[in-house]
Amino acid sequence: MKKVFGRPQSLKDSTFHYCPGCGHSITHRLIAEVIDELGARGVSIGVPPAGCAVLAYNYFDIDMIEAPHGRGPALATGLKRMLPDRLVFSYQGDGDLAAIGTAESFHAANRGENITIIFINNAVYGMTGGQMAPTTILGQKTTTSPSGRNTRLDGSPIRISEILATLDGVAYIERCTVNSPASILKTKRCIRKAFDYQLAGAGFTMVEVLSPCPTNWKMTPVESCRWIDDVMSKTFPLGLIKDSGTPKGGSKA
Amino acid sequence: MKNKVLLQGNKVIGEAAVLAGCRFYAGYPITPQNELPEYMAERLRGVEGGVFIQSESEIAAINMVAGASAAGARAMTSSSGPGIDLKQEGISSMAACELPGVVVNMMRGGPGLGNIRPSQGDYFQATRGGGHGDYRTPVLAPATCQEMADLTMDAFDLADRYRTPVMILADGMMGQMMEPVVFREPAPRDYSDDFKMRGAGSGKSKIIRGLILDALAMEEHNWKLVRKYQVIADREVRYEAFRVDDAELVLVAYGTAARIAKGAIHRLDAMGIRVGLFRPISLWPFPMTQLRQLSESVKEFFVFEMSAGQMVEDVRLALQGYARIGFHGRPGGVVPTPAELANVIYRYCRDREALIERP
Repeated sequence: MKKVFGRPQSLKDSTFHYCPGCGHSITHRLIAEVIDELGARGVSIGVPPAGCAVLAYNYFDIDMIEAPHGRGPALATGLKRMLPDRLVFSYQGDGDLAAIGTAESFHAANRGENITIIFINNAVYGMTGGQMAPTTILGQKTTTSPSGRNTRLDGSPIRISEILATLDGVAYIERCTVNSPASILKTKRCIRKAFDYQLAGAGFTMVEVLSPCPTNWKMTPVESCRWIDDVMSKTFPLGLIKDSGTPKGGSKA
Repeated sequence: MKNKVLLQGNKVIGEAAVLAGCRFYAGYPITPQNELPEYMAERLRGVEGGVFIQSESEIAAINMVAGASAAGARAMTSSSGPGIDLKQEGISSMAACELPGVVVNMMRGGPGLGNIRPSQGDYFQATRGGGHGDYRTPVLAPATCQEMADLTMDAFDLADRYRTPVMILADGMMGQMMEPVVFREPAPRDYSDDFKMRGAGSGKSKIIRGLILDALAMEEHNWKLVRKYQVIADREVRYEAFRVDDAELVLVAYGTAARIAKGAIHRLDAMGIRVGLFRPISLWPFPMTQLRQLSESVKEFFVFEMSAGQMVEDVRLALQGYARIGFHGRPGGVVPTPAELANVIYRYCRDREALIERP
């Protein structure tokens, strides 16, 4: 019988701890599928963040090294500079990337570090219980913005992808989501493109994934998927943000 | 390689690091250690596989070092006072993840921004672990440029052998002064590097982490670290005992303060007071046993630090009340002269005698 579906080799045979309807497990799987397609399991190194995905090393069957909160891009920089032919990615949430680790992310991008960031934007701090994130949208209620996010008190949601896209070192940034079969397939293509660019030595690449967090959004998984389309993507428009094209021959690594 | 060269302290550390096989340096400018990153920027350009990064912050620098170290490189960062504060997160993380690396602190006046004068106010931070959690950091304190060369090489060996961050604790004066140095051959590397992260290849994937959610498992990880620290404490104590055999009083000082102490000792000779010097070179592990043994023959100790009094607490712990301990300290970036210290000790001894003779 022909096998049409199976666990990617780059994922371990273990059960995700993520909440029902969470986007992390889908994104994990997509990354693993792309690594498999590239035949890159043996040369991939992942850097999980502090946050819900800190346990990513329990699921990926590739080398993984934990970074302190927000420091993934700095740690990945050290790894990649010493191992330029490896596929190195940092997996980060919105607090990790757009709050405590803004400097590390911004400067890794500006140096054109030949790494990829998989940026999970779910508009809340997930693991700590649903506090306001730098990407929490205006009016969104969280445990630390009980009246809803207010520009005057809390500032506005940060579109970090658009900010990083202004930097010369950035080769590719796209914002996508995982709230439907079509968007999941699209996200996989984006991850593949980012990894292809990295392997070609194009420089800094990032895929932002608008990711449902039903537990902290206090919604059902279905409502969460709908909220991404109806509300969240109005603040964070989906689509290509920057594409400088792959380099013509030669590696920048 | 056996030639004697005249080199500034900051550059001595840089050259010794490269000779020891350091191939990755990340750092952020801060006085009084800027010559070290500058030296590394130039020196690593000429070394195959050498990487220098001027990082966006000291936090980024230490994490870059962690990444390079995980990739198997000998890696170093350096800073001073305020910048070392920022590195503590990474040092704690490296201690937890058992990643080797060398961190240089050219101490300056503190707390806060303080000033850029030489000081020794970071002893507590260095020896107690400025980051959170139950961990220790081996700390080496050179007192000459030659020692900066030798201890830098030792630091990389210690870091790799015990898979731990190691700190070199010097100060602005050590970093700025020039002395003749002979660089020795690096020691052979005789330890396992199977922790290195290179991609799983066709084998089993590796995990490097400090997060262990189960308390009992985390406790066991802590005990594993403690056992390692015990081995370090047993094997890696370094100190110098100078003219202690017939001394009526022994000065205890490290780094620049120990140089000043030696100058004071010669002056005290002329004043008719026979003074020796006990100089801890490894500040952690502190030479507790060696100092305690010395108290069997010497009953007067005098601690001198360029701080308000930090190492003196370790001296008290070591001597356990078996000897008297005096103290003189100058915090805030003041570098006292040997004459000042000699006078302080002279008065201390005279007042002691007066006290003892009083019925």
